[in-house]
Amino acid sequence: MNRIDYLFQTKKERVLSIYVTAGFPKLEDTLAVMEAIQAAGADIIELGIPYSDPIADGPTIQESNTQALENGMSIKMLFNQLVGFRAKIHVPVILMGYLNPIIQFGVEEFCKKCKEVGVDGLILPDLPMSQYLEEYKALFEEYGLFISFLISPQTSEKRIREVDENSNGFIYMVSSHAITGAKSAISKEQEEYFERVANMNLTHPKLIGFGISDAATFQLASRYSQGAIIGSAFINAIANSSDLNRDIQTFLEGVLSEKLV
Amino acid sequence: MKTNEQMIQVDEKGFYGKFGGAYIPEMLYPNVEELRENWEAIVASPTYQEEFQSLLKDFVGRPTPLYFAERLSDSFGAKIYLKREDLCHTGAHKVNNTVGQIILAKKLGKKRIIAETGAGQHGVATATVCALMGMDCTIYMGELDIKRQRPNVERMRILGANVVPAVSGSKTLKDATNEAMRAWIADPVGTHYIIGSVVGPHPYPEMVARFQSVISEEIKWQLLAKEGRENPDLVIACVGGGSNAAGAFYHYYNEKAVRLIAVEAAGHGIHSGKSAATSVLGTPGILHGSKTLVMQTEDGQVIEPHSISAGLDYPGIGPVHAHLHAVGRAEFVGVEDEDAMKAGILLSRTEGIIPAIETAHAIHALNQISFNPNDLIVINLSGRGDKDLETYIQWGNY
Repeated sequence: MNRIDYLFQTKKERVLSIYVTAGFPKLEDTLAVMEAIQAAGADIIELGIPYSDPIADGPTIQESNTQALENGMSIKMLFNQLVGFRAKIHVPVILMGYLNPIIQFGVEEFCKKCKEVGVDGLILPDLPMSQYLEEYKALFEEYGLFISFLISPQTSEKRIREVDENSNGFIYMVSSHAITGAKSAISKEQEEYFERVANMNLTHPKLIGFGISDAATFQLASRYSQGAIIGSAFINAIANSSDLNRDIQTFLEGVLSEKLV
Repeated sequence: MKTNEQMIQVDEKGFYGKFGGAYIPEMLYPNVEELRENWEAIVASPTYQEEFQSLLKDFVGRPTPLYFAERLSDSFGAKIYLKREDLCHTGAHKVNNTVGQIILAKKLGKKRIIAETGAGQHGVATATVCALMGMDCTIYMGELDIKRQRPNVERMRILGANVVPAVSGSKTLKDATNEAMRAWIADPVGTHYIIGSVVGPHPYPEMVARFQSVISEEIKWQLLAKEGRENPDLVIACVGGGSNAAGAFYHYYNEKAVRLIAVEAAGHGIHSGKSAATSVLGTPGILHGSKTLVMQTEDGQVIEPHSISAGLDYPGIGPVHAHLHAVGRAEFVGVEDEDAMKAGILLSRTEGIIPAIETAHAIHALNQISFNPNDLIVINLSGRGDKDLETYIQWGNY
């Protein structure tokens, strides 16, 4: 069974996925950061493949992408770093990336490598669902790779049902009209959207992302879904870290704190 | 099937052959769908056409002349006509598209307009129509371009637009486009994004080409009146993203006897590392929502191109041009910085027209292609050189 399905079968709430850009803050930090995320209690690791033009991402993740590219990160390098990572990491690992670098690497080769090293799923924000069904579905399935599609407040009910039908593992629920890292409290309007989708009784669990940054937003998101994804706030927490283990531990303790906030 | 493959035509999914499509984040899907489903019907409606045609005539100044360039013809030994898009309001063809899109945005009930700009020409054309319609206007422009193109920045501000610097990545046109897309994601309901070239997700490339196709539509009847024939032997236009070329080629795509010459910026030389000749240096990839030829590293990271003309240094070309290139329907020529500047001076002195440096590339292409002495050539004079005065002065060789 895919680790993502197994996770959602055994844990029904407060699932926390942490996004980090591969090769950030330093090129060789990838594995150490993954280990620290797991040790601090996150359930899923979402590894970002850096790209020169990440149009769905806000300034924090853009800068981490630029930094990682300057550090020399590439898909080839990432797979080299990931060889043997399953000896230490048991949580599901998802690669998040824009389509162009993957196409240049070769989509089939990419899938093959993902399977070899032990990657469980993909999030590809600029791969449209229709194109996926036409060109890539068979390939991803052949290599046992899950794919999660996104929904946003603008997504129609019909389209949400299509996303539910075609996603594996979980649905990525974008919290607002926003790019990643938009910082604001969660509004009444957003809560209505969360509730509307919660009442649709979808087959797949949902993780809420964009604008989730701390215990308060994590708890609120968890009320309407199985959990949440944190990216920009985590990147900020490690960007200038002199002690990754300590800072990752502190950050996740804060987010996972069950104290009412 | 065979005839269809040979036709230059967008299919219902937005592909020209292998290029095009709509590779966009889900957050933009409803906006792009709204446009895709509605634009053709709106544009075809009589109320739309009445407003559009009236603005093209009285605001833009169309039809633009098709001018027989006698002295230029003599010096090259062919019959050369210039399609005078430089005489459009705001000084270039860009305004044909912004007029078309702003009426569309109004009909879609949008309140706010955003756009990207490189050199500032599309930004100015957008700010102009926003002022005309009383719509809120935000222009994204690379921080570096803002410094390089000060007069256009001030023109936009005078027109009431808010100019926002793009500070990410290389701080130029491609990053301004990224920022505009992000801004669209942040306000998908109230905002219309006016893309300035035949790039972006479907339906933009075809929609922008359609608005620019007025160029070749006019060439046809103007040439008929002057020469007794609708088709020239060659049409020449410069290509950055490719909107003026798409407009000049549009009604000739499927007229096989007409040679289409697409002129790219070769910068310091195609293989110098400082060039924007995407048809030679690009490989298939995805840029700003469509599959096309992209200048990129082996790892798929987008490369920052170079050209002396700020309107041609885009790391991709519109998907229709990638297709024209792939099927050999258009001939692609790369013109270097220095040669373009010389051609700009040549046109100034033989015809009394100082062209935009983008356009000067198209003029110089006459030296790099073969043609017969009695060939009828139309060059799309896409813009005037006022905005480039500083570049001409710095170059100084006149």
